[in-house]
This record gives sequence, structure tokens and C-alpha cells, in this order.
Amino acid sequence: MELVFSQILDGLSIGSVLLLAATGLAIVFGLMGVINLAHGEFMMLGAYVTFVIQNMFRPLGASVFELYYLVALVASFVVTALVGVLLERTLIRRLYGRPLETLLATWGVSLILIQFVRSVSLAMVLGIGVTALLGWLAKRFMPSSLKEASFSSYLGGAVWAVAGLLGIFSINIFASFGRFFSNPWFGPRNIDVTAPKWLQGSWGSIGGIELPGIRIFIIVLSALLLAAVAWFLTKSVWGVRIRSVTQNREMSNCLGIPTDSVDSITFGIGSGLAGVAGCAITLLGSVGPNLGASYIVSCFMVIVLGGVGNLVGTVIASMMLGIIQSIIGSGSLLIAFPDMPEGLRAVTEFFATTSMSLVLVFIFIIAFLQFKPTGMFPQKGRSVDA
Amino acid sequence: MPTAILETSTMHPTSSDLILKASGVNVYYGESHILRDVDLQIPKGEMVCLIGRNGVGKTTFLKTLIGLLQQKSGSIEYESNQLLKQPPYRRARHGIGYVSQGRDIIPRLTVRENLMLGMEALPGGMGKNRHIDPFIYELFPILEEFLNRRGGDLSGGQQQQLAIARALLGQPKLLLLDEPTEGIQPSIILDIERAVQRIIKETGISVLLVEQHLHFVRQSNFYYAMQRGGIVSSGPTSNLSEAVIQEFLTV
Repeated sequence: MELVFSQILDGLSIGSVLLLAATGLAIVFGLMGVINLAHGEFMMLGAYVTFVIQNMFRPLGASVFELYYLVALVASFVVTALVGVLLERTLIRRLYGRPLETLLATWGVSLILIQFVRSVSLAMVLGIGVTALLGWLAKRFMPSSLKEASFSSYLGGAVWAVAGLLGIFSINIFASFGRFFSNPWFGPRNIDVTAPKWLQGSWGSIGGIELPGIRIFIIVLSALLLAAVAWFLTKSVWGVRIRSVTQNREMSNCLGIPTDSVDSITFGIGSGLAGVAGCAITLLGSVGPNLGASYIVSCFMVIVLGGVGNLVGTVIASMMLGIIQSIIGSGSLLIAFPDMPEGLRAVTEFFATTSMSLVLVFIFIIAFLQFKPTGMFPQKGRSVDA
Repeated sequence: MPTAILETSTMHPTSSDLILKASGVNVYYGESHILRDVDLQIPKGEMVCLIGRNGVGKTTFLKTLIGLLQQKSGSIEYESNQLLKQPPYRRARHGIGYVSQGRDIIPRLTVRENLMLGMEALPGGMGKNRHIDPFIYELFPILEEFLNRRGGDLSGGQQQQLAIARALLGQPKLLLLDEPTEGIQPSIILDIERAVQRIIKETGISVLLVEQHLHFVRQSNFYYAMQRGGIVSSGPTSNLSEAVIQEFLTV
């Protein structure tokens, strides 16, 4: 029995990570209508930010090192939020109302981000800097007669292409300066984050069941963050602005709301939540560049199951997914109930791997949507049709 | 009644103290030419009415004024400043209030939140302005009663009152009203007419009214009549002849 309880706790903590990421995705998808396939890679970025912060704290001594995780939580949110804002301003903003292009573009971004963390080195960062600088300079000092010419958009594209080529060229030059420049920072291998001491071990026990600190911390963290997000969206001034722009962009604009800033902030918060989820994942095991792919599907399943833009539904759906994956997928049912009937045993064994438990979840969702096509808690009232 | 020969004279208000002056405005939807050389002037503190049958471009003109559409040529001068290329939210902050034809209440926000959004046009937005002016409730008592209902759950007439109240809370200098009586029951039409008159008298703002309802049209100081995207007739409303009414209003 203890085993099942500890698996449920496991499931709840995985569900909590899922909840954070899915809430971020729900904000971006539910409020802005953007299907962001790079959302999983934002989680991965959050995990890598945690890794970097950990390494920065390591030389500072054991007592200061204990605090690194709190700093990492904030940093992973801020960094991924900024990357999200950058993505929204440069790319997604141009694709509003074009879901297919957005889908493809964000998928491309996810590939770029994966390869970026694999091969990023000082030379590469400098090369990107060269490209950005050249492109910016060219735009800045381009004579205005060229800017207003009919071919100016082609010219802009050509300028960036040339700047990009020069950037790639400069990467090679920088890389030849030595290993300090050319060594990749992370490489393709998985990275490991050491949890601080206060998170390791048990936080006491209830009825003989140990409460592992990491699991409890993750569950509490996601509950707190969810409450903060709910407060922000419903009570704060920016929350009202965000909901207004979501429901009627043109009129919100006419009322005096700067809709482009609202878009950036919304996307930034959604991305930032993915970053925090990534930071939490580092506590559960080692993480690699491909981390995002395994979570993005689960995130979308949570949103479909819970109903778009519905916090309660998102909570229940992500917890369910987490528990199903951890109880059935780990095969702990077989150990906990060794004397179950033979037929049931065969079925349980069949689904007792991580990927097969996902199949089970898929079957469940498809069956569920036959009866409730709009998710667990669809929105009601006259306003839905309006 | 034969309306064969229509006297089409165009003139502008005599007052030189204008809040808005549009000259030679041309607007396109893609390839199709919607507004043709529209000239229109609104004096400060007066109500000007824009009439015309459905689909002649009245709503397009209002959308151009608030900035949802951009004119291809021509100028729109608001308080002696050019408005070209300014996004709608900047125009709102400069004091142009817009009540759209569909009313555009934010459906899943409460009436209170909808009203708060009106104050986004004020300096500091609704973060700095948290107090809803009780003048609004004097004009439309129903809103105070329904403060915590969702905007989308109100009836059409109530939504119209909310839309006007919301625009007023931004303390506009120029209010654009797009068919505020369309599809609304007669008793509420009178409420809205009275409210608009009172607003003009007490706050001294200017109003550009697009309207089909003759009773309401008669209350404006000046009229412009539009046909196929151009102004074809204009003058003081007191001169509004039966022939013009027949031609430009769906009575």
C-alpha cells in the first residue's frame, strides 16, 4: 500500500510539473490562439538556466549554494519569459490569424532551440551577436529612399541573409581562437542538477508514509504559482487588459489598451511558466536537449481534456495524467497487488511502460471526448456564443 | 412622392473652432474603393450627424477616424494634429471615444470591468483611475444594478448603454457613435437620446453620430449625407428637407 501512495505522490508531482507547463501553454493557446510547438523547448531552457545558475553558485561555498535553487526559479522564469517576448515580437506577431504558419514556424523554433543548446559555444554566441549587429546597423543606416522602395522587403531579407552568412563565417574565425571559444557549453549529453540539501530526503511522514521533500516542494510550488496566475488574470489591471484583448482585440485597441504590449506580456508569462516547470523537472532527474518533446504532447492533452482556458479543468486533467503515468506506467500496481486475477494482470503488464501508459491515456481521452467534446468544464452562458 | 430632382448642396459648419476636420479622405478595402474624397468638419461642442443608406461607407468612415482603417490619401486633422498612422489606442488616449455598431462589449468581463476599461484612455489607465464616475449611473441607472453581471449576458439595449458609458469614462473630447439605436426597443432609444443630449450639454464634448433614426437625427446641429462613399449633401439639420430624408434615410 505504501508503494501505491508513494507512486501517487510521484504522480502528483509529475502532474504538478505538467500543470505549470500546461497552464503556460493554455495562456498562450487559450488566450492568444497561438499553438506554440516550442513550448516544450521553453521548459528545456528553464532546466538549462537552472543548471547554469547551479554552476555559478557552486564556487560560492556550501551555505550560499543551498540558496541557488530559489534564484534559479526566478531566473528560469525571467529568462524564458524574455525569450518568449523576443519570439513574439520578432516572429509570432507577424503570423497572428494564420494558425498553420504559426504551427510550422514554432516547430522550426523548437528545432533551432534544441540544436542551439547542443552546440552553443562562446564562438557561436559571438557569431549571433555579429549577425544581429550587422543586421541592425544595416537597417539603421539604410537610406530612407531604399526603405520606401517597392522592393524594400526583399532588400531587408537579403540584408539579413548576408548578415547571417557573415555571422556563420565569424563563428569559424572565433572558434579558431582556441578551445575556450569553440568548446560547447552543454553538448548533446544530459545534464544533472544537484538538489540543495534542504530539498533532499524526507520532510517527515504521515501514517508511516515518507514525504519526499522534492515531491512536496514541487506540488506546493505549482499550487502557489497557479494561485498567483489566477489572481493575476482575474484581479490585476493587466489581467483585465489581457482578457479584454483576448475577447475583442479591435475594441480593446479603440478603448486605449496598447494591444501589442498586452500580447508580449501574455506570451512572456506563458513562456515563463514553462521555464519554471523546466526548473522543477531538474529536481526529478537528469535533463537533456530533447526534454521538450516528451512534455509538449502531454501539455496539449491536458488542455484538450481540461477545456481551454479553464483552470480547474487543467488542474484535474494534469493530475490525472501524472498519476496514470506514474502508477500504471511504473508497473507498481503489479508489485502492490501481486495476487490480482490473471486477466487483469496481463492487461496491467501490457500497459506497464511509460509509452504504453501514454497510449492508455490517449485511448481514455479519445473516449472521453466522445461524450464531452468541449472538455470537462466547458464555458456556459450567453457570452459563449457572442 | 417623387424625388426625382434632389437639391444636392454641400456646405460646412460655419463655426471655425473645429475639433475634427477631414479633407479628401480616400479609403480602400483591398482593391475596392470605399470612401471617395470625404470632407467633413465637426465644430467643438456640437453634434454632427452622418446619414446614408446601408453600405454607403458610414461605418468605414468612423473606423478610419478611430484608426482601425488607414486612409490611402487625404488628411484627418484632430485638434489641429494629423492622425495618420496613429494606432487606435493612441487616438483613444488623445480623446476620441468610439461606440461601435456592434457595441463590442467584452462578453466575459463584468459590467464593472467593462466600465473600468473605458478609463484606459485616461492618463495612467485603469491602474491609476479606479473610481467609476457616478454621473454614468445617473445617465444609465441600470448599469449600477448590473455591475457584477457579465457584459455578454446583458440585453442589446443594456449593452448599448454600457458601450456609451464606457466611452464616456475615458472623458473623450469627441465621441463617435455608430448607429446607437439600431435594433433596440423604442423606450431605450429615448433613454439613449436623452442621455446623449445631456452629455453634450453638461460635458461640452463633440459628437459624430451615424444614425438611421429620424428623431435622433433631428437633434443634431448639422448633417452630412453620404452616398456611394462620398458626401453628396450637407447643411444645418434645420434645413433637412423631406426629399433628403427620403433619399438618405430608410424611413
